[in-house]
Amino acid sequence: MSTVNKKILGIVAQFAGTAELIDAAVKVKAAGFSKWDCHSPFPIHGMDKAMGEKRSNLGWIVGACAIIGGSGALWLQGWSAASAYPHVISGKALFSYQAFFPITFAVSVLFAAFGTLFGLLGIIKVQWNHPLFESKLFPCFSDDGFLVHIEADDPQFDPEKTKAFLKSIGAGNTEIYEKSE
Amino acid sequence: MSSIITNEKLNVMAEPPLIAGNPTFGKVTDVITKILEDKTQFRWYVAFGISTLMLSVLGGLIGYLIWEGTGVWGLTNPVGWGWAIVNFVFWVGIGHAGTLISAVLFLLRQKWRTSINRFAESMTIFAVVCALMFPTIHVGRIWLLYWFAPLPNQMGMWPNFRSPLMWDFFAVGTYFACSIIFWFVGLIPDLATVRDRAVSKIRKVIFGVLALGWRGGNSQWKHYEVAYLILAGISTPLVLSVHSIVSTDFATSIIPGWHTTIFPPYFVAGAIFSGFAMVMTLAIIARIVYPVKNFITINHLEKMAKVILLTGMMVGYAYATEFFIAWYSGNSYERFAFVRRAFGPYGWAYWIMVSCNVLIPQFFWFRKCRRNIVWLFILTIFVNIGMWFERFVIVISTLSADFLPSSWDYYHPTWVDVWTLIGSFGLFFTLFLLFLRFLPMIAMSEVKGVLPQADPHHAHKAVEGGQA
Repeated sequence: MSTVNKKILGIVAQFAGTAELIDAAVKVKAAGFSKWDCHSPFPIHGMDKAMGEKRSNLGWIVGACAIIGGSGALWLQGWSAASAYPHVISGKALFSYQAFFPITFAVSVLFAAFGTLFGLLGIIKVQWNHPLFESKLFPCFSDDGFLVHIEADDPQFDPEKTKAFLKSIGAGNTEIYEKSE
Repeated sequence: MSSIITNEKLNVMAEPPLIAGNPTFGKVTDVITKILEDKTQFRWYVAFGISTLMLSVLGGLIGYLIWEGTGVWGLTNPVGWGWAIVNFVFWVGIGHAGTLISAVLFLLRQKWRTSINRFAESMTIFAVVCALMFPTIHVGRIWLLYWFAPLPNQMGMWPNFRSPLMWDFFAVGTYFACSIIFWFVGLIPDLATVRDRAVSKIRKVIFGVLALGWRGGNSQWKHYEVAYLILAGISTPLVLSVHSIVSTDFATSIIPGWHTTIFPPYFVAGAIFSGFAMVMTLAIIARIVYPVKNFITINHLEKMAKVILLTGMMVGYAYATEFFIAWYSGNSYERFAFVRRAFGPYGWAYWIMVSCNVLIPQFFWFRKCRRNIVWLFILTIFVNIGMWFERFVIVISTLSADFLPSSWDYYHPTWVDVWTLIGSFGLFFTLFLLFLRFLPMIAMSEVKGVLPQADPHHAHKAVEGGQA
């Protein structure tokens, strides 16, 4: 249990490998936890299904960015060449859209790329001081650790019972990590 | 029983493992991060010293060029595009292999790319830096470069967006931005690995900031994977579009020898050809200097050699087609331009090009040559040289004899031209050496993902054997 000046943030449990982590994910989900996640050095095939995760909606953001970029570029080229500063090149029409295609395409791709980067960073919530970084066990996720993390905010969370549960489904090392206040 | 036999047969037919030495996940982390955690090697300092010296020559020559004007180059009246444009096309072409490896091979699920993609992407970025430099300094009045950008101004003028030079500006600029984003997104999990192993405070802070608080949770990975897929998807058309647009700088003109529809595919094949040669050259050096032989195996090099052979023959086919069309068109100017290209004053350059790009890659038909480091290294150097000469032939021999015989002239580079090219290699290698020293040169998280034990069904397969 927590002492006076310490606050329990959650529990981190290590599993042996990818198959074990997927099994654990299925069981943690079945046990009804809601604030938890599986951490691994690389994405694991089949984990979304095991955790019951929905498909990422990043594609919609990127698509919108590409359309904005492309239509903006086409508008700028058409408006500047046909209206703001009309000039005839090679006897072609003022709004010679064929010649505007390369830049329209390039700008669509450019906006899509930036949309992907910032969309991703927005969705995954860049957080340099995330509570998980208080854990001693956690950093092994980026090396060879396969971890289940359950937050203390989860309504079902109880340090001892949750730890026992994780042990019962095959966890190796576990750590109840806390923060000094 | 029968299913067991089938599996055994399959095992015989199976490809050799992607990563040799059967490393654990931890071993992958150790080997790659140790390269940047260990003390800097003396030979790195030597290489870096030489590169920065070449880079400072480049800096000095750019200053001289800006001060004096483009007259310090060998530009003449018909040959208005000299070595600067040759070098531009050469460098931007080099970059294409990086994007092909990182994007196209990703979409094609070619898992062998994981060992070389970080490498190749970095090469792309540094090559595009070199490439962008040349047209930038070639404009002469470099302080007016912003005229490319569509900015409202007091003259009410707008850029001519119908010009291929504008297309080029946008295409290469987009390519540069996308390459950096793709590279950085790929780096995030590996930056987190370096952060989590960091001992010194400064390393913790720098990699901590760069890793953007990466936690490798599935809630992050699922979006990350989609982001990576999208970046691969939008970079794939860039492999084709960027060099196609570069080729329109030439192909939309009416100069005989440039005005051909084959240019876009021909340029793209040449770009991939030259880029793979450069990736191979760099990978061979890295394998010697750093302990990454198990990651970049001889099988990887052999696969790259096959791509070089294929694209080399596409380039050779394009050379032949150009001649055929010049004859078949019945256009006497076209015919003249091509006969002069092969047998005129620049014939020597043409035959260097053909030897290096068409004949030399034929050695790669032989398995021995594809799997021998010395052969690979020598042959790829020849390809690099040949592809520079290809651009030399296209730009210079074509321009030197236009429609008006009285203005024909032979192009001589000045010492500034020569040293600017050498200096651009200094820029490239300085950036590349910094990358090798300070960032993980192999995509650790991706390599871990293709190890056999990364597959959740691996254990079942091993235990259950033939029960498919």
